[in-house]
This record gives sequence, C-alpha cells and structure tokens, in this order.
Amino acid sequence: MAKIIVITSGKGGVGKTTTSAAFATGLAMKGFKTVVIDFDVGLRNLDLVMGCERRVVYDFINVINGEARLHQALIKDKHSENLCVLPASQTRDKDALTKEGVEAVLSDLAKDFDYIVCDSPAGIEHGAMMALYFADEAIVTTNPEISSVRDSDRILGILQSRSRRAENNLEPVKEHLLVNRYDPVRVSKGEMLDLEDVKEILAIPLLGVIPESPDVLKASNKGLPVIHLQESIAGQAYMDMVERFLGEERPHRFLEAPKPSLIQRMFGGK
Amino acid sequence: MSLLDSFFRRNGHEEDHSADTARERLKIIVAHERSTRNGPDYLPAMQQDIVTVVNKYVNVNPGDIHIQLDSLGDTSVLEVNVTLPG
Ligand SMILES: Nc1ncnc2c1ncn2[C@@H]1O[C@H](COP(=O)(O)OP(=O)(O)OP(=O)(O)O)[C@@H](O)[C@H]1O
Ligand SMILES: [Mg+2]
Repeated sequence: MAKIIVITSGKGGVGKTTTSAAFATGLAMKGFKTVVIDFDVGLRNLDLVMGCERRVVYDFINVINGEARLHQALIKDKHSENLCVLPASQTRDKDALTKEGVEAVLSDLAKDFDYIVCDSPAGIEHGAMMALYFADEAIVTTNPEISSVRDSDRILGILQSRSRRAENNLEPVKEHLLVNRYDPVRVSKGEMLDLEDVKEILAIPLLGVIPESPDVLKASNKGLPVIHLQESIAGQAYMDMVERFLGEERPHRFLEAPKPSLIQRMFGGK
Repeated sequence: MSLLDSFFRRNGHEEDHSADTARERLKIIVAHERSTRNGPDYLPAMQQDIVTVVNKYVNVNPGDIHIQLDSLGDTSVLEVNVTLPG
C-alpha cells in the first residue's frame, strides 16, 4: 500500500516546497518509488525547485479533468529513476481540485508508487485542505518563529478534525514536526525560539531540524533539491530526516552554535 | 546602563531575550486556541453577543470574558467567566 504524506504548515514561505523536493528525492535515493505532487494551484513552484520546469506539458488538473492521462502528466526526475513529479496547474483556479478528482488520481498513483508526497500550499483554504485530506502522515514544517508555530498548531487541529482519517474515525494522521531554518547562533543570543520551546508547545514527535543555510537558495537557483548537496549541512540534515522517517536512529545535528575561535574571542567578535 | 555596559553591547555582546517573550506569548495563545478548537461553529458569534450584553451594563474588554464549553457525558456545560473592573 502506498503511503500518502503531506508537507504542510499553515504559514507561507516556511520551506514546504524545499522540504517536499528534498524529502521525495531522499526517499527515491533510498530505493522507494516516489511521486511528489504540487497542490499549489496557480502558484506552481515545485517544478522549479526540482529543476523540471521546462518539461511540464500536462498538469494535475488536466488529469483530474480527463484532458490528459496520468502517465502523460508525470515528469520523470533526471537524477533518480524512482522519482516522478506531478506539477500543479498554473492557470486554473483552486476549485478545479475536486475531492473526487484528487482521490481518483491518488488511488491511481498508489498502484505504482511506495510514497506519495503532497506539497501543500500555504493557508487553510481549499488547496491546503485537499493536500492534507487524504494523508496518512503529515510533516508539519515550522520555523522557530511565533506566527509559524501558532499556524502549525492550527494545522494540527485541522489534521485531527477534518482529514479523511478524522472524519471516518480511522487511526489518526501520524504527525511529525520538522523545524526549518534553525539558527543556533541566534538561539544562543536569545533572539530565536529554542528547539525545546517549539517541541514543548507543539508536542508532536520531532522528525528533523534543518539549519538555516545559504545552500538552500543556491540549490533552488540550480533546480537541484538540496539533499543532493552532500557537503551541505542542510542537505545532510534532510538525509538524516529521511533516514529517521524510514525508522533508522539518527541523532539530531547542527543544533549548537560553533564555538568562536580564540582570535575571534580576543577581538570581541562572536 | 553603565558606560561599560553600553560599550560591550555595541560590540555584539548583546543578549536579546525576546525569544522568552515569544515563548510565553505563544504558550498563552496556543492554549487559548486549543480550548476553543473543538467548539461548535456558533460559539464565536455567541461569545460576541455575550460581550455586547455585558457591555450594556459594565465596561469590559472582550479579553475579560472567557467562555468555555465542556462536554460531560451526554450533556454540555457552558462556562462564562467575566472579570469585572475593580
Ligand atoms: N533551511 C533554509 N535555509 C535558508 N533558506 C531557506 C531554508 N528553507 C527555505 N528557505 C528559503 O525560504 C524560501 C521559501 O521556501 P519554500 O518555497 O520552500 O517555502 P514554502 O513553504 O513552500 O512557501 P509557500 O507557502 O509560498 O508555498 C525560499 O526562498 C527558500 O530558499
Ligand atoms: Mg511552496
């Protein structure tokens, strides 16, 4: 049975698309047949982060409307055999994502893939609801910042009351916390929420902590999911997260500020 | 703040501590939102009406009125707490 995982957050710009691309790529690198779907109708971005924007012909809504077959819309990733991207429509409005249509596409995909990763749009409107409705598991992406944490809590409430699993009294959606853009230097100065604070407030199991890193922008500039950059701490943290998701034990890394050197301390820098 | 203090602060030794404020504010708002999360859809509108009625007699802020709906078995209890100005 394919597992459906939504990457969600409530708040915009916290790293859902970055995470969807890295996580799906990581699962594929581990040998699992994986498809990643862009639910952000009208604001398609996953294609850029995955580097396949010039190969988009048909999209998710074309498939729902029967204007294209699923295999015509799926784009094979250029790096990984096991990975496909299903792009969002850039032109239609969100209402074209009907619940029945989404369900039909997901159950078709479930025949061929091990993991279906859904990149949710921001907000709690229709597109975000459709992205999370059919999920078996949710990766709640949060920045260590007050509005993001509050919105994540909102999304947890919605997962617990308005998802398919909740509405049908099935086993609840399995929740994972992913803290993104963590900056240990700013945490040590007392100007950014500590990891422990975020964990305590949201009270769901921690799947990963991705550090703030310039490599994320560099990777998206090139259309290469950051998990491919093995020297990058963000890439390494994403690989740890994937391995943890698959049940391996991995200690959380990159949580401490680097110690200032003797010279830096002598001259008063940080 | 002494001259020495301000010298060191300007040299990047500043400890900000605003994250502590963020944490406390978050704990309060999240707890509040969780308590209203599973309530019926009419609850916010009813809360608004109760505020209006109370305000006909005493001047209170919406934040001084706490409304909570708890279910006990097959009955529900609506608890309204109003903090009146001293
Ligand atoms: N760990 C990180 N370090 C540095 N920059 C990051 C990190 N994660 C994400 N970003 C940057 O934050 C921006 C938003 O990321 P992304 O598009 O993944 O967010 P999103 O949640 O999908 O946004 P939206 O809600 O608009 O869909 C991008 O410019 C990305 O490069
Ligand atoms: Mg996005």
